Parts: sequence; C-alpha cells; structure tokens
Amino acid sequence: MNKRYLLSLIAVIVLFLISYLGVEAVPGSKWLFGIVIPYAALIVFVAGFIRRLLTWSRSAVPFAIPTTGGQQKTLSWIKPNAIDNPSSKGAVFVRMLLEIVTFRSLFRNSRMKLREGKISYQLEIFLWVGALAFHYAFFTVLFRHLRFFTDPIPLPVRLVEDLDSFFRMEILQDFIQIGVPGVYLSGLVLLAAVTYLFLRRIFIRNVNYISLASDYFPLFLIFGIAFTGIMMRYVLKIDVTAAKQLAMGLVTFRPNIPQNVSSIFFVHLFFVSILLAYFPFSKLMHLGGIFFSPTRNMRADTRAVRHVNPWNYPVKVHTYEEYEDDFRDKMIEAGLPVDKMPEPQEAAAEEEEEPAAPPQEPPADAADAAAEPEEKE
Amino acid sequence: MKKSKGVIIGIIIFLAVVTFPFLYNRGKAAPVPELVLTETAKAAQQCVRSKDYMQREHMKILDLWRHTVVRSGERVYVNPQGKEFNMSLSNTCLDCHSNKAEFCDRCHDYASVRPYCWDCHIDNPKESK
Amino acid sequence: MSDLPTAEEMLSGLKYRPPSTDWMDVPAEIRKGIACYAGNPKSLEVLGFPNPRTWSCFDDDWQLPENWQEIIHEGFKERLEKFRSFKVFMDICVRCGACADKCHYFIGTGDPKNMPVLRAELLRSVYRNDFTRVGKLLGKINGARPMNYEVLKEWWSYLFQCSECRRCSLYCPYGIDTAEITIMGRELLNLLGLNIDWIITPVANCYRTGNHLGIQPHAFKDMLDFFCDDIEEITGIRPDPQFNKKGADILFVTPSGDVFADPGTFTAMGYLMLFHFLQEKYGLDVTWSTYASEGGNFGLFTSHETMKRLNAKMYAEARRLGVKWILGGECGHMWRVIHQYMDTMNGPADFLQMPVNPITGTAFKNAASTKMVHITEFTADLIKHGKLDLDPSRNDHLKVTFHDSCNPARGMGLFDEPRYVIKQTCKHFYDMPANAIREQTFCCGSGSGLNAGEDMELRMAGGLPRANAVKHVHDKHGVNMLACVCAIDRAVLPDLMSYWVPDVDVTGVHELVGNALNLPGQSDRTMNLRSEELADLQGTAEDTEDETDEEK
Repeated sequence: MNKRYLLSLIAVIVLFLISYLGVEAVPGSKWLFGIVIPYAALIVFVAGFIRRLLTWSRSAVPFAIPTTGGQQKTLSWIKPNAIDNPSSKGAVFVRMLLEIVTFRSLFRNSRMKLREGKISYQLEIFLWVGALAFHYAFFTVLFRHLRFFTDPIPLPVRLVEDLDSFFRMEILQDFIQIGVPGVYLSGLVLLAAVTYLFLRRIFIRNVNYISLASDYFPLFLIFGIAFTGIMMRYVLKIDVTAAKQLAMGLVTFRPNIPQNVSSIFFVHLFFVSILLAYFPFSKLMHLGGIFFSPTRNMRADTRAVRHVNPWNYPVKVHTYEEYEDDFRDKMIEAGLPVDKMPEPQEAAAEEEEEPAAPPQEPPADAADAAAEPEEKE
Repeated sequence: MKKSKGVIIGIIIFLAVVTFPFLYNRGKAAPVPELVLTETAKAAQQCVRSKDYMQREHMKILDLWRHTVVRSGERVYVNPQGKEFNMSLSNTCLDCHSNKAEFCDRCHDYASVRPYCWDCHIDNPKESK
Repeated sequence: MSDLPTAEEMLSGLKYRPPSTDWMDVPAEIRKGIACYAGNPKSLEVLGFPNPRTWSCFDDDWQLPENWQEIIHEGFKERLEKFRSFKVFMDICVRCGACADKCHYFIGTGDPKNMPVLRAELLRSVYRNDFTRVGKLLGKINGARPMNYEVLKEWWSYLFQCSECRRCSLYCPYGIDTAEITIMGRELLNLLGLNIDWIITPVANCYRTGNHLGIQPHAFKDMLDFFCDDIEEITGIRPDPQFNKKGADILFVTPSGDVFADPGTFTAMGYLMLFHFLQEKYGLDVTWSTYASEGGNFGLFTSHETMKRLNAKMYAEARRLGVKWILGGECGHMWRVIHQYMDTMNGPADFLQMPVNPITGTAFKNAASTKMVHITEFTADLIKHGKLDLDPSRNDHLKVTFHDSCNPARGMGLFDEPRYVIKQTCKHFYDMPANAIREQTFCCGSGSGLNAGEDMELRMAGGLPRANAVKHVHDKHGVNMLACVCAIDRAVLPDLMSYWVPDVDVTGVHELVGNALNLPGQSDRTMNLRSEELADLQGTAEDTEDETDEEK
C-alpha cells in the first residue's frame, strides 16, 4: 500500500525538480514553463473536459433510476419528501444544488461500530467537514487569483480578498515573520484540509486499502500548489507585480516573461499546469460527473410520466397463446377460462402431426398408434 | 436526445467560467505600473535597502520598524551598508516618496493589495516632533 | 447447512481489518456457505441463453467459450454506450470511502471486497485497462488490470454478494449506485453463461409457466382454493377469487412466493379477504391471472433484457383481459421494476385507464402513466376513507415493527403507506432506529436472488444489521412481529430471525389487514389467519408484557 503513495509523492517531487532546476539551470526555459506549458495545459484541460462531458452525454439514459431518499408523492394526505424524492424539475434542481453546494449525501455519513454484539451508527461528520473545507477553500483560492488575471480587478474579487483576510494574524519573531501581507485564511484551510484528506487515506484502514496512486497524486500536487503559494506570499516574497505581469500577458495573448520572477513562481505555475492537464483524465472529473449522475439528476415521478428509452428493442416473450397451448387441457380441467377451446378434430390432427417425418418403413405399432385416434373418433 | 440541451448549456457555462479572464480583459493588459520617483528620492539614489529588496520586502521592513519603535522604543535602523535611518514611515519613507498616488498606489492597485498603513498615516503628513 | 457457524461464532469472528496484501493480489475464495450453485443448463436453454452446460463454481474450469475475454470486452463496451449510469460511475468515483460501512454484506462479513467501492473497483480496474489510456499506461499502481480467469472468478463471487439494495448510493456524494454496477456485471457474466441456479431457474420457470416457482395454472388455482378453505374455517366466509377474467376492473399481480410458503401464504389470504370484502360490499371486480402469476422479476438480477421479457406479461395480460388498471401486491424488487422500468420497457400502457379507486374516487395520479398501483397505496386510501370494517384488537397480541424493503424504499419511496396501514390495523407499532429504516433501511441479507439455501452463511451475515436493529426494538419494546411488504423478506426473514432474534416472527402487512378485517356475515373470529387461537396468543402476550414491565 505504501508503494502507492510513495510513487505519487516521488512523482510530485520529480515535477518540482524538473521545474525548479529547469528554470534555474536552463537558460530560456522560463518561456517553456511560463508560457508554453501553461497554454498547453489549459488547452488540454478545456478540450479534455469538454470531450469527457460529450462522451458522457453520448451514453444513453435508458431508464429513470433516481435513488429515492424519502417519501414518494402519492396520496394527497401523505406528505412527500420533495427534495429527496423529487417529482418535479424544480425539486430536482434543488436536490442537485444542495448536493453540489452542501454535499448533502455525504452529510448523511455515519460510522458503524460493532460492540458486544450491538451495532451502532454514529454521526461521522469529519469527512463532510473536511471535504467541504477543501472544496470551498480551493474555490476561494481560485477566485482570489483572479486579481492576477484581471484589470481592473472586479469588486467581488476584492470583497472575497477582504473577507478571506478578515482575521489578522501576525507572527513577528527574529527567525520568522508572517502576517504582512495579510494572511489569507483559505490558503491555510486548503493546506490543512489536504493534509487531513491525505492522513485519512493513510490511517483509516479501509480507506487505505482502497486508495490508489491516483488518489494520492492529486493530494500531493494540490499540497504542492498550496505550499508554494503560501511560501511565495509570506516567506520567500516574490515580486507580485512581475507575477501579475506574466499572468496578464497570458490572458491577453501577449505573453512575456518579466525579469523579476523567482523560480518558485515557475514551480507553482508548473504544478498548476500539471493539475489542469491531469484533470480531465482523472477522478477529478467528478466535478463534471456529478451533473450527469442518473441517481441524482432525474425526476422520481417514474410512474406518473413515462421515461423513453432511446434504444428500447423488442424482445422474445412467452405469449399468452403459447402459454395456453402449453397448459390448455389442465386449465380447462381446473375450470380456468381459455381463449381457444380445443376442437376435437383439431386435437386429433395435432396429435397426428406428432410423429413427423416418419421412418421409411413405419413399424407396425407406430401405424397402430397413428390409427388410434381415428378409432376413438 | 432531450438531455443534450442541458449538456450544451453546461459546456457553455464551463467555457464561460474558464475563459472569463480572457474575455474580461479583451486582450488588453493594463500597463505595468511605472513608478514615479520624486526629486528627493532621485537625489537620495539609494533607499534603505536595494531596489530589488525593497520591491519584495518593503512590507516586512515596515512591519519590523513599527514593531521595534512601538514595543522597544528604538528608532534607529542600520542597513547592511552601515547607514543609519530613522524608523518612521512618515518621516523617512514618505519623506522621499511623498507621491503616494504615483508611487505606492500604483503597484498596490495593480496587484490588489490594500495595506492598512494608511489607516493611521494619512497622506504624507509631517510628524510633528 | 450444518457448517453454518452459530450466531456467537459469527459475531466473534467479525473483524474489519483488511489484509496487508494489495486487494488485487488477494484471489477470491469461492467457498461453500457463501457461494450459490451454478445455473442449471436446462434453464439456460429455455431462455435461449449462451453457453448452457453443467458446471460448478467450485471447479477450476468453468467451461467458458474460447473467446470469453473478447465477449466481456465487447459487452462492456456496448453497455458503456447504452447506460450513462455505468459510464459515469466508472469514471467519477474518488474512493472517499463513505460507502464502505454502509453495505450490510460488509458489516456482516468484514470482507473488504464487500465494501461497495471495492466491489465497483473490481469492474473499474478492468475498465481502466480496457477503455482508458492513462489507466493502461500506469497499470496496476493506478488500479488497472487486464481481465483474466482470476478476475472473472472474483467478479462472479462478489457480484453475487451484492443484493442491489442501493443503500450505498444514498450515501455516495455522487450517487454512485452499486446496484447499477452489479446489474451490469451480472449481465456480462450471463454472456458467458455464468449465473446462479437460484436466479436462472426461477427466471426460466417464470418465462414458461408465468411464475418463479413453476406453479402451473391449475395448481395455482388449487393453492388459492386451499387458502379459501382456511379462510372459511377461520371466518365462516369463503372468498371466491376470479382467475383470468375478461372485463374485470382490476388485474391483481403479486409474487408467487406468497402462494407457496408460510408466512407469505397468510398475506395471500389477506389479499383474498380484502378483495372478497370489496366485492361483497362495493362490487369491486378483481381478477388474478395464472399467466401473469408472478409479480417478482428475477430478470432484474439477470439482465435488462430478461427483465423486460418477464415483465412483458403484466401489460400483455392486462390488455388481453381488458382491465382498467393493475394492482400490485407486496413485493420488493417487483416494485423497483414496476416503478422505474416497466413503463419504459413495455409501455406505453395507453390501453389502460388512469387508476381510480372506484370506492373512494381517489385517482392515483402518481401512477398516471404506468397504471399500476401498490396494494398499500390502495389499502391506505380505503382505510383513510373509512371504507374498511376493521377490528384491530385481533392484532393486539402483536408488537409490530416494520422492515422497509430496499427496493420500495430507495427505488420508489414507499414509506408512509405501509406504516399507515399497520398503525390502523395494529395497536402496538414501534419503528426501529432511524439508521435502519426508511431510506436508510438495511437489506434482509438475501435480496437479488441470493435467497438460496446453500449460501446461508452469507445470508445470515448480510442480515446482521437488519436483525440487530430488530433485536434493539425487541429488547426495548418487546417487539415480537416484523412486518414487511416483500415476498422475499417473508421467505428469508424467518430464518434470519430464528438465527439472530429467535422470538420475533414475520408477517406481511396484508396479513395484519386480513386479521383485522371484518367480513360481512362472518362467524365469531377466534383464530387468526395462522389458525392460532387468539385467546392463547393474548395470554402469552400479556405474560411477556408483564415480564418486560418487571425488567423496567
């Protein structure tokens, strides 16, 4: 199991070395790391993401299979659970919104405990909190970064910045000095949440058992991104105007590499590029996938409104006629109604047909048998 | 298929979000801020530390100065070249850089940095001794 | 069966510790007590399924077609295109582990491959190898592996340790539904002729005779006649059920299990009494069918196509008989099929009418298109309008709790209707803790065709969480009766109860209705539908009540 996270860790370290040493040692490589790779990564991300969405949309939705998490809408006097058993488009919208914005299903999470033959289920809120913290911190960080990509900077971005740096933290010692510029909470929360998500993969036995390299890799990568970002801002201090100049060059298609950009910035940018390019081919596509999940995004009014299967095809069934043919006599005997009353001649004719393709020289007894019904008549 | 309408809307939203910075700037990058040095600053030639250092770390120096003055009551800063300075935003920094709008604000606005220096130190006043 | 460990042994043997070896390096152990027997080739032939042969899952050689890997690959590919659910669920799992301890088979066996996430990974690993470039490139370290015999056996083993209950899908932040994955996996296995006899033989029976048990039409009628004898003995009134009657108002379809074995039979008696009452009092014309004599649909546990082939009978029969709409009996997976598949597969049912209860005038708008109504919806509506003459005191000796069956719970949302019916027919009702009922309900441990005899250990293990919750209300409130709306439940829960909670018995909701229902002109009712003397039962009930009081 260790191999899986070690390999991911090594991969991220190698990526760090490639970018850091590349920028430090190879002249002119700043163009590669600062312009070529970010553009390429973005193209891969956008094209890959859309391709994936299209692939999903090309797969059919043959049946309406929502998971119903509450009372259905039936009799007028029974209160339906509109959100968890949504019977209208609006209700599905609310269900999806809550799923995406509040991770509602994950909030249900519980932990099973077996003690002295008794099973109990405790509220297990940590994963939900951790996941929520991670995603919201990531989103905030991303949103804040618009200050590097826009000019003038839109008001909402500035508001989020102010909100994010609401808590003023300063550490001023001989050996460490943190607090100017103002500390963004989101960065720290992101780092903490990533660490938590990593630790639970290491220490919770079952989660450890199911974790793949592709579960660890994005965690390490995002840790690397957050860490280099925090280092740039509070410790190593890069020239923020130069950073913005580079970023603005990218988004206005006037790429340029300002002189004052430190190597760590290129590491940060390289990590982000890798994440972008990796995104469409990985489990991170759950960002888009959640919208396609048939157990969540479909109405549960399946008996009230017919869902159409685009590839519905006729199948071989055992018809009532075949069934009655099988059991007609028994049915009649039991007094069950039948569609087709057997006419005596017909029955005889059928029986006669039985020994089809008679042997060339029919034995005497067979001929007798064939003659029998006639006698009966 | 009926669903494809939703997918197309989804893709459009996705594209709009991802390309927002590109669309927002419409290909025009704001000019990189150019700082205007006052005559006094030009005359002084050298700030308390090198230009490169000041560009990145001026906020740290200011923070340190404030701390040292307020907590320890010391007012003298000695730079690596051995030159002494009065640790005062108003009297030392703003003495040269009296043009806040053309010096401080340009970068701060560009990078969306809103330091709280000016909460107390109003525009370039002279501290009365 | 003699190998079945005792309840104590099973509990003490439960460890939730995954082995230190990578899961891909732990081969599946197909062993007695867990595995179900292989399908009978005759059943496959009836259905025209591929590769009919006599084989055993305990053999090394499963006698597969030579190009079986290709068949699986192509089948996989086809299903990825046909089912968005499958494709998306293959792609987006992040392995957060929220589903892990939600599966009753994991809770009961501790086998890590019974964690829903890992069950799905069994297929995903092959998906990554066969259908994603990155997956193939990184190989095992990234959870990709080529299909081989070991993997196939692992699939077979664990896809028949999933009861398609969908509990995991409730907790999954993306709604990934392991039932969906199991359904696809079993479809693929069926392409190779790999299935279990307990599923495939009922399917073949149902296909030919109309029901899983292979009850032929005359026998079906005979069985209901026996019930009528019993009802006559108990109430003095003999119902007169109608069969295959053209022009009836309503076609009634219920699982054949209730015609066959206790305690389901008592539920069938409940239906007979209810319909008799409604016919006498209100002239309601209900017919049974010997052709569509199966509500259940083990096709759901085989393949979508098989499900459709079996389900087709309901509409076909309703059309042939010219009824107005269809009423469905108490059954679990039957209702998943009816609620979420039937109309799509075999509809539109434009030859039927919008279901209206002619007695109350209630229009079942929720079934406007499918035109099939659940019997508890129907009965709840009747009771609400005061149309039934009920004397719940005949159920006074019962302390009832209700087991929500997985499929009506998470594939439909039928929660309050059966509870309402129970509460109107019984005085003492106690719900189990919230974590084990309604949408969070636990499987009986034997769903999706796993209710065979040879996998008893798996069934008892899988039913542990359910039994544990029953034990809780049994200890706390003295609950002695577990009600349910599912024929498989009625067939398997008695075993489960006698294993884990011996003092609790099992009943269908309409057995309770039958006991409470006063038939016009009935004699003095001294017995319940089980032909037990009510006076005796009341006595014992009071005794236990005293005991529990003393304990307090």
